[in-house]
Amino acid sequence: MISVPRVRALLRKELRQLFRDPKTKRMVFGAPIIQLLLFGYAVNTDVTRVATFVVDHDRTEASRALLDAFTAPGYFQVVGRSARPADLDAALDRGSVAVGLWIPRGFAADLAGGRGATVQVLVDGTNSNTATVAQGYATRIVRSFGLARAGAGGTGAGGANAAPLPTGVDLRTRAWYNPDLASRVYNVPAVVALILILMCFLLTAMTVVRERELGTLEQLMVSPLSAGELMLGKTLPVALIGLADLVLVVAVAILWFDIPFRGNPLLLLAASAVFILASLGLGLFISTVSNTQQEAFMGMFMVILPLIILSGFMYPIHTMPDFFQGLTLLNPLRYFLEIVRGVFLKGAGLAVLWPQLLVLTAMAAGILTLATLRFRRTLR
Amino acid sequence: MIDAVRLLAMARKETIQIRRDPRSLALAFAVPVLMLIFFGYAITWDVDDLPLAVVNEDAGTRGERLVDAFTASGYFVVAVRPARRSDADGLLVRGSVAGVLIIPPDFSRRMSAGGPAPVQFLLDGADANTATIALNYAEAIAGRWSRDAVLSGRTVALPADAESRVWYNPTLASRNMIVPGLIAVIMSIIAAMLTALTIAREWERGTMEQLASTPVHRLEVVLGKLLPYVVIGMADVALAVAVGVTLFGVPLNGSVLLLAVLTLLFLLGALGLGIFISAALKSQVLATQVAMVATYLPALLLSGFLFDIASMPAVLRAITLVIPARYYVAVTRGIFLKGVGIQVLWVQGVAMLIFATVGLGLATLAFRKRIAA
Repeated sequence: MISVPRVRALLRKELRQLFRDPKTKRMVFGAPIIQLLLFGYAVNTDVTRVATFVVDHDRTEASRALLDAFTAPGYFQVVGRSARPADLDAALDRGSVAVGLWIPRGFAADLAGGRGATVQVLVDGTNSNTATVAQGYATRIVRSFGLARAGAGGTGAGGANAAPLPTGVDLRTRAWYNPDLASRVYNVPAVVALILILMCFLLTAMTVVRERELGTLEQLMVSPLSAGELMLGKTLPVALIGLADLVLVVAVAILWFDIPFRGNPLLLLAASAVFILASLGLGLFISTVSNTQQEAFMGMFMVILPLIILSGFMYPIHTMPDFFQGLTLLNPLRYFLEIVRGVFLKGAGLAVLWPQLLVLTAMAAGILTLATLRFRRTLR
Repeated sequence: MIDAVRLLAMARKETIQIRRDPRSLALAFAVPVLMLIFFGYAITWDVDDLPLAVVNEDAGTRGERLVDAFTASGYFVVAVRPARRSDADGLLVRGSVAGVLIIPPDFSRRMSAGGPAPVQFLLDGADANTATIALNYAEAIAGRWSRDAVLSGRTVALPADAESRVWYNPTLASRNMIVPGLIAVIMSIIAAMLTALTIAREWERGTMEQLASTPVHRLEVVLGKLLPYVVIGMADVALAVAVGVTLFGVPLNGSVLLLAVLTLLFLLGALGLGIFISAALKSQVLATQVAMVATYLPALLLSGFLFDIASMPAVLRAITLVIPARYYVAVTRGIFLKGVGIQVLWVQGVAMLIFATVGLGLATLAFRKRIAA
């Protein structure tokens, strides 16, 4: 039923049409790289070098040592100091600092006397994520500073009065797959998935809707091409470009961003092919219900947003309300992201990822069937 | 130079045109609200109920009490209790638990001796953000429990402690952070999209010649086209703010008037940018695409809405300085959460004034009445 030479002819026509416009070439191969760089550098939830304001009313050797301990791990960076607490308030209001450290008078004396010295840490909660993490770091640093000081026998006469160190539980933590806990390692592989779906959407709109806008779809319809051939000829070039983009973007992720790739490249390639089919189906579906490229782009924008939000891309799924967690189960991007991250970071193989791959394949088949039916109908 | 009558006539023409296209008008109101509800409900970084695998090999009873301390905190729930340590690997690879707590056989004995009693806590570090927060929680829980257990009643303070206080958002609810920023991000996208079509449409429909043959000045055209959209934009923001306050319960601590004034400044710039794109490209498809690319990603990624500008590399930090959304995010957060006034936000006000001037200036310059060009 499907004639290979006819499909090949259409394929050649499509590729020639796409790449005749140098802008398309830039869009197809330049835009993914730019997006990857942008996401790779901007999407960063690591809390480091938090701008910190210090009000040191104690001005002793102990308070300076605490400050050193505070800044040494690199989480906090002192960008302002003052003797007046009001300046700290103003800096927080302006948003020029996110954390304020106030060391009250008598800190050194309390520490030496074993009376439990307290410092105050003010955190700007407007960025709740940074605030949560910074608060944790600050508390940990101050406590271990105190314990280290007391453990060293204390300073001065009061040292002997200091309480014996409560040792108790010794929590030994280890983060697997990403020992430095760098958010980039988690986010960059996900951008690969995002770029694939964006590319598929844009290109289907360009190849299908543009044809209708230009009125050349009628010409194709009177040609001996069958609907199946037409669809194949329309989708194959997009799928090929998608795979080329995948290789390009994965290479940049590994070589430029040093993202570990622990799994099987063939598994990623196979899963990507399935995901591309699903995205193509979605893109095609939207294209067939839109009359103009304008409408198609708007439609795709409206579809892609929920897909991204409900995929676990930047926003974890397990914290969503149950209703939204349920919705994520219908999202092909969710399954593909699990595969991409599993292959990249965990070196997971088919033995672990088969459920995701199975669901993704079923979805791709379903979406493509729907899109084909719809496409046939619009041709008539 | 500007004639009020001609300007208003232009604005009226544009208003009629908008009214005749109720679908687009409905979209202009529905999209922001839908996006707000969607983002507002779905995105949260509040870490609680993290699924944990517990391997308790402890011969005594203390191990179980440590587990209780973990679950009592509300941050962790015990999802599964594998019999062997080796089962933990599979759970982490599949991502079915966020961490594994392993309590060795001699835990109770070592605790009775005063410690140290090692406990292993393995984390799925792939999601670095969740893992970091989980790590902090785990250390805090283990530390507190172990002090209570070792001291058993004796109250001995830590040698040094931090008393931390969170300002502006004491509960650290991520919704309070997301909703005000989201209003800013949505408005930057919507505003440019609203006007991206206006001038390109005249070119594509051939009505530009009619417009060119009238005595209307190009600044009047730009301002006249802008006016109805300013009204729509302000109504959009009002709607979004109402949704944020009533539906999401985000506190609006600052002055509503200041928010309105600064929003107006922001809208002038963002709508002007849309008109500029429209006038420069003369094609509706191209203009929409460019408007979307030029506003969507920068507003989402480079505005500080979700990702701290301070932790970006220097090049990106410099780029954020020319992203209007960055200033508007600071404005909405400042007024909503911090309740700060003009004495703090004048910086953002000045920046947005510059954007408004540049945006409208560019739009006027790009708009040419010469048909041949």
